[in-house]
Amino acid sequence: MNRDHAANRWPVIGSLIFGLMLMIMPLPGAAETMRPDWLALLVIFWSMQLPRTWSVGTAWTVGIMLDVTQGTLLGQHALALCIVAFIIVRFHLLIRVFPLPQLTASIFPVLALYQFLLFWINGVAGVSAPSSVYWAPVITGTLVWPVVYLYLSSWRYRTRVGA
Amino acid sequence: MLSFRETNRRNPGRIPALGLRVLALIAISIALMYFDNRDNHLNTVRKSIGAAVYPLRVVVDAPISFWNWFGDLTTTRNELETELDHLNAERLLTHVRLQKLQALEAENVRLRALLEARARVRDEVRVAEIMFVDANPYDHSLIINVGSRDGVFNGQALVDAKGVVGQVIKAGLMTSQAMLISDTDHALPVEVNRNGLRTIVVGTGEIDNLKLPFVVNNADIRAGDLLVTSGLGGAFPAGYPVAVVNSVTRNPQEPFAEVTATPAASLGQVREVMLIFAGGTRNAPGVGDE
Repeated sequence: MNRDHAANRWPVIGSLIFGLMLMIMPLPGAAETMRPDWLALLVIFWSMQLPRTWSVGTAWTVGIMLDVTQGTLLGQHALALCIVAFIIVRFHLLIRVFPLPQLTASIFPVLALYQFLLFWINGVAGVSAPSSVYWAPVITGTLVWPVVYLYLSSWRYRTRVGA
Repeated sequence: MLSFRETNRRNPGRIPALGLRVLALIAISIALMYFDNRDNHLNTVRKSIGAAVYPLRVVVDAPISFWNWFGDLTTTRNELETELDHLNAERLLTHVRLQKLQALEAENVRLRALLEARARVRDEVRVAEIMFVDANPYDHSLIINVGSRDGVFNGQALVDAKGVVGQVIKAGLMTSQAMLISDTDHALPVEVNRNGLRTIVVGTGEIDNLKLPFVVNNADIRAGDLLVTSGLGGAFPAGYPVAVVNSVTRNPQEPFAEVTATPAASLGQVREVMLIFAGGTRNAPGVGDE
């Protein structure tokens, strides 16, 4: 039996729902463009920590939810999140032992890839998007990652997910 | 004998059938996107997931609603009286103007009858409240609190007290998504109120700026001109103010003049909008204004 199969799932689902709420919360002007992609960070965390229970399938479902709430092409965020989860799960043993600064540094290209995939799909589908500020969530996402990581680790410890 | 468990322990990082699952999910995503982009087959899927997410939206909006409610509750008597006086004065003014309008309308109907033109039917409106401004900053869109249950349809025009706000792009069951005229994907056929010059207003992605990319250099248009809907696209009824021309730059080397305009409606501030049920447009095929 795998270790994390027996664990309770509600803390993870709860965190994902909370992440979705953060994504649909209206923010004033400039903060809107700077909003980090909380759900991508959550998907990265859980698929890194418990890849047997929370990986590509979860990422895909969450992505569909995000597509519906953000009014984007159905499947766009799902595809991007799914690929992000795949990369993380593929390398989870490697990055799990990274110290936090190094981990943060390796989150950056993953978030950049995520944003690029969304950008790419937009381009193919003919949805226009202005350039420069579009990449802001990659930066802010990387900046908030240490906080997210530490907070989720303690959340995981307190709720005994996968213990 | 080397059992499966043994191999698994030697290579603990291996997740079974991961690649296969990813490929399957990618294929499903691409199929979904293809059908979603092509036509609106997936509207029912969208609607049902949207209904499932609806409670979350309500929870997120709760603090704002509570704050508004609390603000209403704690308005002092004094403020209410001042507001009442103000409203009474305003009502008097509008009444006077309305008297004139009624006379003018009657006259207009008579004149049109003389010209054997069809009298313009007054459009029916319905007030809708804006629930959310969409989370995606590159989509200038709103979520309003009415849906197909209330008769909202795709392509329906949205106006506020001052002018055109946008149009409904996805009519859900209880909520609908509307695109603002400032969205880069939005174009709207208009005419200059002063001389009837027809052109198209396109969004720039900035909330207080629109552009008119197809005005020829020698066209009679100048700063301060009011642009109203021409009704030629089929989705918007004619005669609603859209924008005021801001600047006209004529460059002889270019085929078209550079014209910018400021939206008449306060796109960034509206809380309530009006949906227009115009006679005839309900049966118009598709969204003609895109």
